[in-house]
Amino acid sequence: MAELIDFLIISAILVAVGIYGLIVKRNAIRMLIGIEIIANAANLSLVAFSRSLPNAQGQVFALFSIAIAAAEVAVGLGLVIVAHRLYKEIDVAEFRSMRG
Amino acid sequence: MADPVFIGVAVLTVGSAIFALETRELIYAAIALAISMLGIAGFFLLLDAPFVAMFQIAVYVGAVAVLIIFAVMLVSTKALFTPREDKKRKGAGIVLMLIIMASLGAILLASGLNGQFGNFNESQAIDFREIGEQMLTYYAPTLIILGLTLAGSVIAALALARREDVTTASGGEEQHHGRAD
Repeated sequence: MAELIDFLIISAILVAVGIYGLIVKRNAIRMLIGIEIIANAANLSLVAFSRSLPNAQGQVFALFSIAIAAAEVAVGLGLVIVAHRLYKEIDVAEFRSMRG
Repeated sequence: MADPVFIGVAVLTVGSAIFALETRELIYAAIALAISMLGIAGFFLLLDAPFVAMFQIAVYVGAVAVLIIFAVMLVSTKALFTPREDKKRKGAGIVLMLIIMASLGAILLASGLNGQFGNFNESQAIDFREIGEQMLTYYAPTLIILGLTLAGSVIAALALARREDVTTASGGEEQHHGRAD
């Protein structure tokens, strides 16, 4: 059986990978994928602590976090579609002006 | 210490997360993200949280990954590829990733969590009835606000992605003609 520290180390690795994607990639959809990876690392450590304490509130928080992440992806992809319609491009370095 | 199932799921999750960020085609990236989310659901199953694992599969693999695939289909193919990639920027990103990984790992190993809460007994598994009870009693206002937030964000996404120039021009005129006849 794996221990708590193993799950936390996997969570830390996923956070680092997500931050790497956020700072290196300039494609807007790929940056959203990086955000999803970071959010999932947070969920993993919430559930791991919830299992080891043991306390059900960590799992409740993880459920809320998953639902909020789904809402965030919906709005983020809507923004990507609008930006692609305006600029014909989803490279965030090309979004120079904020005017519609 | 760590059993082979854990190591397999860890390799699957981290590997497909890296593949999702590094592959050149966005549609493969969305599929790799779905596989990584399945790996996280496997971790939840290892942590005796089957309800959260089912929720994770339903929301992430069923909704988020499919939503990303649809967004990739709506974006033109020219914008999907990134032909020029800054080598210096990528190297700096990898160095920063390794620094974050090493420092977080050092903090975790030095924090005293190692071995303190290590033994996951079978008797300590959390029943999903307790989660439902918490959600409907103590977290009931939070649940209502969460539902309102989800509804608001879905309406906002629809309002953002809608094109008023096309839909009102064709649909509105036809309706007008129909009424006049």
